[in-house]
Amino acid sequence: MGVKLLLEKANVPGIRTYDVYRREGGYAAAEKALKEMSIEAIVEEVKKSGLRGRGGAGFPAGMKWSFIAKPEGVPRHLVCNADESEPGTFKDRYLMEFLPHLLLEGLLISSFALGSNDTYIYIRGEYAWVATILEEAIIEATKNGWLGKNILGTGFDCMIHVHRGAGAYICGEETALIESLEGKRGNPRIKPPFPAIQGLWMRPTVVNNVETLAAVVPIIKMGGEEYAKIGVGRSTGTKLISACGNINKPGVYEIDMTISVEDFIYSDEYCGGIANGKKLKACIPGGSSVPILPANLLLKTAKGETRYMNYESLSDGGFATGSMMGSGGFIVLDEDQCIVKNTLTLARFYRHESCGQCSPCREGTGWMEKILQKIELGKGESSDIDLLWDIQRKIEGNTICPLGDAAAWPVAAAIRHFRDEFEWHIQNRALSQTSNFGLQHYADPIHVPA
Amino acid sequence: MSLEFNNEQMTEFNRLVAHYPEGKQKSALLPVLHLAQDSFGGWLPTEAMDYVASLLQIQPIEVYEVATFYSMYNLKPVGKFVFEVCQTGPCMISGSDNIIAYIQKQLAIKPGETTKDGMFTLKLVECLGACGYAPMMQVGKIYREHLTKEKVDAIIVEYRMQIVALN
Ligand SMILES: Cc1cc2nc3c(=O)[nH]c(=O)nc-3n(C[C@H](O)[C@H](O)[C@H](O)COP(=O)(O)O)c2cc1C
Ligand code: SF4
Ligand code: FES
Repeated sequence: MGVKLLLEKANVPGIRTYDVYRREGGYAAAEKALKEMSIEAIVEEVKKSGLRGRGGAGFPAGMKWSFIAKPEGVPRHLVCNADESEPGTFKDRYLMEFLPHLLLEGLLISSFALGSNDTYIYIRGEYAWVATILEEAIIEATKNGWLGKNILGTGFDCMIHVHRGAGAYICGEETALIESLEGKRGNPRIKPPFPAIQGLWMRPTVVNNVETLAAVVPIIKMGGEEYAKIGVGRSTGTKLISACGNINKPGVYEIDMTISVEDFIYSDEYCGGIANGKKLKACIPGGSSVPILPANLLLKTAKGETRYMNYESLSDGGFATGSMMGSGGFIVLDEDQCIVKNTLTLARFYRHESCGQCSPCREGTGWMEKILQKIELGKGESSDIDLLWDIQRKIEGNTICPLGDAAAWPVAAAIRHFRDEFEWHIQNRALSQTSNFGLQHYADPIHVPA
Repeated sequence: MSLEFNNEQMTEFNRLVAHYPEGKQKSALLPVLHLAQDSFGGWLPTEAMDYVASLLQIQPIEVYEVATFYSMYNLKPVGKFVFEVCQTGPCMISGSDNIIAYIQKQLAIKPGETTKDGMFTLKLVECLGACGYAPMMQVGKIYREHLTKEKVDAIIVEYRMQIVALN
């Protein structure tokens, strides 16, 4: 059993309610932070913890906090990013649904540290029932003196507001989220200025992921240094992984980042192996935007070393032979899955979600979907693969926000590692409509040059 | 048709707007559009959008451009129950294609269509954050997960019974 810092109490009956959460030691970290610690000391602990943003980019949270501008007389805001729309990702939902007070406690401490008197949770619109759970928890916390005016007699006022989005992946991008929170279309802003200087209503703003903000609770409780001892290297603490696809036990798991990918997939404590006795073909280890890897490169790096579930190891080899930790959305594909079709559904997703501001993204995502559709339907031509490659390269790095890259990477990685499967579709048009390319050599041992 | 919130809806409207600072009431637009859609039969006719604009003291165009951007707002009438079935990668590899085909067959409609009796609409949507509980669909405010053909049948019967109970 690995260390559990966030989900330790998730199975305690009634933990969703204030009374049980408090009885189990909840809000002790908030009490400590507000009564015994200075703002600088809280930020310092978060810095020492090495906590990296859990929303996808992995930016150090303490550093982000220290960037926030503090002009005299201008309110500052903390915004919790609960948009969670990256395919494969459903960890924040789990945390909010089962441990709403853990998030509120993390938000309270973080709001205190950042000086945010009005903190917003931007939650994806479809999570309507989760928004209700959060609102009920806010009422309870307010009744018990943890939110509202003059909290614990410290003179600090804080209110947490739940804001429901309305169906747009792009609103997970922090500047689009801010636009959306202002009641506008979710068009990302050009940076700079960064939100830390001019964010919500042009005021200094910090946007952090749900899991990042919840992790502040154990960090304050145990101290940043102790937290940093868990995990390995710059992958400190624990990480929530939402595992899905063709595995025996899909679900949300808290891991300390020392476990190997192989153990994570095959051990009974986690995914429990591939479903229906099938073989592992491929995996997208960090949400749909990160590169897909064939089984052999997933379990071992190109150097033939064991790959682990942490930031550094998952990205070992760069995009040529590695992937990314991303949002922790772990998507497993078995030997029956078609890489072309899987890539097509993702291309369709990004086309649907492009906000349309930049032409490489708006046009490119549409073209990629069309070409993939053609190949999938058995109408592909051999020039299509190069064309796809060309389009994704023209999107990457040429757009206002990283959605363009996020759309390009899955296509690039699919072609990079599964080019022969694409070719097979094109050369065997009729056959590809009735059967699958299958596992082929994708799980063969990697050849390590001496 | 003139559309207006009743007293209860007006109370909710005021609660939503109170989350934002003075003069920033436009921020309440998304939540208020949800309220309007729930209050006015599951979709947003132009009158509803104009009404929301007047309540928030913003231009109607500011409401239209938002309502057209977000996928949860319906700009056309929909059935009493909208089956929004997820079709993205993780759901697809977990068998959503079969579920989508089965729902089409059972309701005799295609994606985007509504049954003649106005009961059901089928919509294909992108990842709803339930990938580990696939295949799945959203109906109104709830998620129906781990779908099988049997489960789909039972869900259809369940909603038909709800309507019978109401009439
Ligand atoms: C297209 C796109 C979608 C994103 N979606 C999310 C999301 O759903 N949740 C999230 O926390 N971060 C998301 N992000 C990352 C945010 O922009 C931002 O980096 C993050 O909320 C910062 O929080 P963190 O530092 O705690 O991770 C997304 C980024 C992009 C470019
Ligand atoms: S990259 Fe795509 S989503 Fe991002 S701003 Fe440009 S068009 Fe919009
Ligand atoms: S892919 Fe269907 S819910 Fe995520």
